Amino acid sequence: MIVNLLFVGFSALLLFSALMVVTLSHPVRSVLFLVLAFFAATVLWLLLTAEFLALILILVYVGAVMTLFLFVVMTLNIDLVSLQQPYKKLYIPVGLLFTALLSGILIYALFKTESPFIMYAQNVNTISLANVTQLGQVLYTEYALPFEITGVILLAAIIAAISLSLFQPTTSKQQSASEQINVKKEDRLRIIK
Amino acid sequence: MMSLKAFLIVASLLFGIGMAGIVINRRNVIALLMSIELILLAVNTNFIAFSYFMNDIAGQIFVFFILAIAAAEAAIGLAILMVLYRSRGTINVAAMDTLKG
Repeated sequence: MIVNLLFVGFSALLLFSALMVVTLSHPVRSVLFLVLAFFAATVLWLLLTAEFLALILILVYVGAVMTLFLFVVMTLNIDLVSLQQPYKKLYIPVGLLFTALLSGILIYALFKTESPFIMYAQNVNTISLANVTQLGQVLYTEYALPFEITGVILLAAIIAAISLSLFQPTTSKQQSASEQINVKKEDRLRIIK
Repeated sequence: MMSLKAFLIVASLLFGIGMAGIVINRRNVIALLMSIELILLAVNTNFIAFSYFMNDIAGQIFVFFILAIAAAEAAIGLAILMVLYRSRGTINVAAMDTLKG
């Protein structure tokens, strides 16, 4: 009973905050509502007994990626007026039409399906191990190679992000430390007798 | 109430909202990235729901990898955004027309 209440409540919260992310025009508020959406999704994942991934979603996504988003949004001095759609009134009905069509087709197909996987799917939790144990037992044996490839991809992302933001033509004034150290007395001081 | 169908309906609505976000906020790169995050969240919820109701841990492994790749994608996307803003002074998608595409 209480599980159903939690499911309905946090699903509604998830959909509401997703709607806010999409419709609000101020990016900082959008990012904060995206954080709220992630928290609501975390509760849904906990209901599905995926504790490890739920905690990863909070630690990695809310803790790192969303902070990065917030940092970038606050660093950039965004001209909000130029980002307003001149014909936003046209786009909102088109967007809603897309949503209604796509979600409508998906939900219609879901109710019409005769797939036994979806009709009779039941959780028969036969394994009594903790979620982390279960994940770890396959992650480091069956999926060891994909796991290592993921590490390489993350390394590539680090190198790409750093090299993108490091080698830039600078537009602001800054110190050149080596020239400051190498300066001689004759460069700065002329003695007049 | 808490059946596989209910989770699939919530995920498909979330996916639709993410798609609508891409259509509505076509000018703002940050909003586009956030809509992509919403779509990924919907897909991950689907994977976990199937993993729970079909008693197969492979779905959760898949979500683990998707989360790692999405983090890499967000980091590179935001780095490109910073570079773009530094060289152009705007993040308006409509202003990126140097290639006359």
